[in-house]
Amino acid sequence: MDFGPHLLLASLEGAVTAAILALTAMGLSIVFGVMRVVNVAHGEFYMLGAVIAWWVTSLIGGHPAIGFVMALGIAPLVVGLLAAAADKLILQKINYDPDRTIVATIGLLYIIQQTTLMTFGPDARPVQPPFNTRLALPWFEYGEGGFAMFWPWGLSITSYKLFVIVAAVAILTTLWLLITRSKIGLIMRATQLDSETALAFGVPVDRVYMWVFGLGAGLAAVGAVLVVPIQQAHYLMGHDPLLLAFITVIIGGLGSLPGTIIAAILIGMSDGIISVFFSPTLAKIIATLLVAMVLVFRPQGLLGRSA
Amino acid sequence: MVTKPESKFTRRGVLKTLAAGTGAIAATSALPGLSGFAQAQSSAPIKLGFQVHRTGIGAAYGRWYNRTTEAAVKRINDMGGINGRPVEIVAEDDGTDPKRGAEVLEKFATQHECDIAFGTLFSHVVYGSAPRAGELKLPYFVVSEGHHVASGKLNRYTLQPGITDVKSQVQAMAPFVANNLGKKVTMIFPDFAFGHDHRDFFTAAIEAQGGEVVEAIAIPPTETSFTKYFPRIPRETEVIYHVMVGPAVLTFVKELGEFFGPSSPEIFGFIDSLEAVDIKSPGLEFLEGTYFWEGNPRNAQADQSSHDKAYRAAVGVDDNGASLEDAQDVSTYSHMFGCWETLNVIKRGMETANYQGPADRAKLIEAVEAMSDMPLSDDHPQGAKRFNGKTHQTFGHQYISKVTDGKLVVEHTTSIEDGLYEDEVDYTTQSF
Amino acid sequence: MSNTQRSNLLHLGTITLLAVAFFILPTYHVGNLSRIMVLAVYAIGYNFLFGYTGLLSLGHALFFAAGMYGLGLSMELFDLTTAPALVVGLASALVISAVIGFLALRTSGVSFMIVTLMFAQAGYLTILYFGTYTRGDEGFVIQQADRVLFGVDLSSDTGRYFAALALFSVCFLAVAHLVQSPFGRTLVAIRENEERARMLGYDTVTHKLKAVIISGTISGLAGAAYALLFGYAGATFATVQYSIFPLLWVLLGGAGTTIGPLIGVIFMFYLIDLSSSITSAYMLIAGVVLVLLTLFAPQGLAGELRKRVFKWMP
Repeated sequence: MDFGPHLLLASLEGAVTAAILALTAMGLSIVFGVMRVVNVAHGEFYMLGAVIAWWVTSLIGGHPAIGFVMALGIAPLVVGLLAAAADKLILQKINYDPDRTIVATIGLLYIIQQTTLMTFGPDARPVQPPFNTRLALPWFEYGEGGFAMFWPWGLSITSYKLFVIVAAVAILTTLWLLITRSKIGLIMRATQLDSETALAFGVPVDRVYMWVFGLGAGLAAVGAVLVVPIQQAHYLMGHDPLLLAFITVIIGGLGSLPGTIIAAILIGMSDGIISVFFSPTLAKIIATLLVAMVLVFRPQGLLGRSA
Repeated sequence: MVTKPESKFTRRGVLKTLAAGTGAIAATSALPGLSGFAQAQSSAPIKLGFQVHRTGIGAAYGRWYNRTTEAAVKRINDMGGINGRPVEIVAEDDGTDPKRGAEVLEKFATQHECDIAFGTLFSHVVYGSAPRAGELKLPYFVVSEGHHVASGKLNRYTLQPGITDVKSQVQAMAPFVANNLGKKVTMIFPDFAFGHDHRDFFTAAIEAQGGEVVEAIAIPPTETSFTKYFPRIPRETEVIYHVMVGPAVLTFVKELGEFFGPSSPEIFGFIDSLEAVDIKSPGLEFLEGTYFWEGNPRNAQADQSSHDKAYRAAVGVDDNGASLEDAQDVSTYSHMFGCWETLNVIKRGMETANYQGPADRAKLIEAVEAMSDMPLSDDHPQGAKRFNGKTHQTFGHQYISKVTDGKLVVEHTTSIEDGLYEDEVDYTTQSF
Repeated sequence: MSNTQRSNLLHLGTITLLAVAFFILPTYHVGNLSRIMVLAVYAIGYNFLFGYTGLLSLGHALFFAAGMYGLGLSMELFDLTTAPALVVGLASALVISAVIGFLALRTSGVSFMIVTLMFAQAGYLTILYFGTYTRGDEGFVIQQADRVLFGVDLSSDTGRYFAALALFSVCFLAVAHLVQSPFGRTLVAIRENEERARMLGYDTVTHKLKAVIISGTISGLAGAAYALLFGYAGATFATVQYSIFPLLWVLLGGAGTTIGPLIGVIFMFYLIDLSSSITSAYMLIAGVVLVLLTLFAPQGLAGELRKRVFKWMP
């Protein structure tokens, strides 16, 4: 493929990656920002979202869109409730001590993963997208005969992948409004700034933590429901999103939601675009090192305040 | 391993021998068939340590390896066991991890006191475990299709008698690809040693056929989206050769189809790309008319042998290669037959060597090394095999199937000779 | 008895106990213990940075792998004998930890965690990328005949066990000594309050860099020893999982205690080994135990002992 179309295709793919990443990382970022804890089980909540989506769609027959919409409603809810319960039963008991939270959530990771393996099984299971048309994309070039349009071989995207980008933007905008304009958001921000003062002003900090933890997991699940028609539900699928989401949150700057979005776009797009210039594995190595270097030279992250 | 010879002069020993003797005589003469295990000197079971991928990346394969192994052992026990002794499987999960794999082998040898170990699929687990098998002097029968055994990198205690290796498979494919599909090939494979084997062996084999590999695209193993790599496929490509492993295989194949749309070159894949995946999954419609290597045809063919029929029924697989209980639960049909056949080889080896206990392990290996041709039979339902005792590797037929109406229909069966190559090692020169 | 005497007694007693274990335990457990001791060296290296200096790294698999591949590749590709290969392994871990330390120490806290994680991930991919030499995920076998050090056959049960014990003892005692030295005490001061340590005139950055290098080199030594004693080097050991393991071992055993790493490894090893013989869902049991431990023994096993019973414990 020529350079131009190749770059366009890689950018589109990068945008899809960035959209999903923004959703999963946003969940982690909120938890991180408000509660200051590392949730290692975040990837497993993502995986659960995908598995529940498969389960819902395979129970409901008819047009795939019906099952998909149901899954989009049910999966985040179930996952969010589970996470809130885990918070109440475990994290609250250990007082959100940083080290202990890491071990406890690693334990949670194993519990969720293994339970899924025993019930759902080891196979990767597909979910049918609600719609999926291949859209061939044109390319313009200035040649001898002037400006010409043509259809390069392979240059295409599917309608569903475009939908994922749009959906992610819509969900993130809603979330933004929720946090900045609603009372729930105000309470969240107050707890984030100073949990003790918030407590003094009658904010039920424990309960806020519980629902924030649930909300974070729910967002991961939303990302998973969106991604599962492209990829498949598999009990080990939470691993890479966890790492990527982590990296995104830190690069964006701890506790900065806009930073998380910018970092997600940066990481997702660079993953796509760098792949144009280097062989696949080398591109991954370079992309990883580049992102690491961002932190080395800007330890507080892109939009984080310096310590 | 130390075996304690029973002294003839103790009272208990004499009584025991007497009892066993009379029992055996009574059973063999009076009740033939009712108790097939009775003529053995010891009726203690022969213990086979089964290294199984229950968790980790290989779990989808592990489950079917387990089912096949249980079915094969049941059949062997129904036929009277090995040397008159029942066979017992001691299964341990290796988590598809080379470190745990080696630990599990130790457990077989020193804690469970297994007679042999067998069953590993993923090459890295084989590599991690084989040194321990050699040190523990534990015969280790792998079902991995890796080239590790025949390459000479392992040791005399490691054998692969039930499944062909990737070098042989790939080499046997090249003539068909070059003569029927095209000479300019783009390869897409995981950036794993397994993928590199495909690249290296196929490049050599297609060049021998007058073709060439125009591009080799190695995909990093952590990848979950693939479209961005496909523009690397040169326009002149006549055939795409793909092989992928792991949970993302379905995404890979689907995105390949979406990338090409209506104007795709010929596509030839290793069924590994779709092992344990239903070929009728949404998004795979474009596979219609493409070709696959199969180790063992997943769909029952029109000319299905009675042996395949019996094997299929014993393991519990329907005519579409899925579980009898759940049509969604697709088997790893191209690999798991290796467990069945390996167990039958172990049985024959133990019988030839008159295997009695761990002291006879070397004899067992020599007996297997002496094997050569194995005809198509209920013991070898995938097809005839030719075992090479020097390289510890078996050779056999390969199948090339075309997707026709959502089924894999065999178009071509390669000969054993197509997959032969020169010996790279002679394990029989190594001491035990 | 003074606290120092008690500590010495504990350390020497542990080593004696491990030596005696070889003669009284069944073969299977002797084999396990030799693995455990090498992995405990890895954990000791990790504990030095995490437990005593307070830096949480998620990239130690890179150091472990550096030692493993430094030794393995120099034997496989350049036919070095064991002793020089061991030096190469040690040197590669040292160099890599120095470079990573230099870069990553510009960050702190969670950023340090993520930067080390990403460097380790890049290292893992690099091993795959150079698959022609490293054989990628599959790895390679170090032949039994080559695994001889100073005339000791490291592939025999006895040779392996006592080599592992010797390595463990040296690292165990050295680190126990180091953390009691002025250097070690400064690290603890940095862990407790870096700002204060700096105000007192300590060059905290150099101290932390030294800690990363010492920790990384010990981890690399464990990696090299693992390859040598068990005859295999592979990319799995460079995955994130193997960075998380030492963190778990140390947290379970007790961060900032000398004996904690060993206890953590033993606990985790037998937890998996025993529960896997009961059920195939052994990771589920492991998960539940981890959660329970954080709820009821937050300082880790040795840490709780120190808190409740043996206040003198090092």
